[in-house]
Amino acid sequence: MIPAIFFYLFAGVSIAAAVMVIASKNPVHSVLFLILAFVNGAGLFVLLGAEFLAMILIIVYVGAVMVLFLFVVMMLDVDFTQLRQGFLQYLPIGAFIGIVVLIELLLLVVTWTIGPDVQHAIAAPIPPLAKMPNTEALGHVLYTRYIYFFQAAGVVLLVAMIGAIVLTLHHKPKVKRQSIAEQNARTRRTAIEIVKVRSGQGL
Amino acid sequence: MIIGLGHYLTLAAILFTIGIFGIFLNRKNVIIILMSIELILLSVNINLVAFSAFLGDLVGQVYALLVLTVAAAEAAIGLSILVAYYRNRGSIAVEDINLMRG
Repeated sequence: MIPAIFFYLFAGVSIAAAVMVIASKNPVHSVLFLILAFVNGAGLFVLLGAEFLAMILIIVYVGAVMVLFLFVVMMLDVDFTQLRQGFLQYLPIGAFIGIVVLIELLLLVVTWTIGPDVQHAIAAPIPPLAKMPNTEALGHVLYTRYIYFFQAAGVVLLVAMIGAIVLTLHHKPKVKRQSIAEQNARTRRTAIEIVKVRSGQGL
Repeated sequence: MIIGLGHYLTLAAILFTIGIFGIFLNRKNVIIILMSIELILLSVNINLVAFSAFLGDLVGQVYALLVLTVAAAEAAIGLSILVAYYRNRGSIAVEDINLMRG
């Protein structure tokens, strides 16, 4: 009974927040509603027993990616009213396609059942909670059998980081910068100039 | 009442549809398109974790972790492309990106 109440609460708020993301006039409001949708998604994950993933969703997704969205939204000084033109023009076709997709997905959910052989094909069975918490169980599996995927995910993040820097790093020409290599490469010959000065006359 | 797998899958289907709807409606506004893509990825994650919980298989959660990683990387790159575009153009009306079209 109680899990059902929490499920409907989290599900209802996340659907309402998702609708407000796309319907908001103000993009900052959209980002905040998206954060609400993600926090409710994390609540659903906790209900399903995947508490590590729930906390990672909040720390990484909300804490890093959504904050990044917020930075970009606040930094770009754009006239959003002009961008919302054509909203009503596409509403009927968008609603039609959305409803068709939803009906197809719901037909699948309602008529499908789990096959009898699935129980034998489970690759990494979840140990009972008394024996091992979720984080430890995930660690047992992720670093041994799925190590390639783990390393590939690391490479993806590295490439994304390098890509973001390459795209947006912009040295302004008038700003003075140090070049440590140049400073270290000074020799006595180029740094000091010895001039003979006659007394009473400057340089 | 027992919340079964079907409930979670229905919720994921509804979130997926709302994400697609968002892409359709906000065709000029790139930031809302990126946010709708994040909604679609959230629905996929809910799907994966629901299956993982109801079949008793940890692979679903591993997969959801990898999807999360890729989604974060893609959001970062999409936003940097947007920032670079804005720096060159002064606006984010992406229907102007047809300079190379003959």
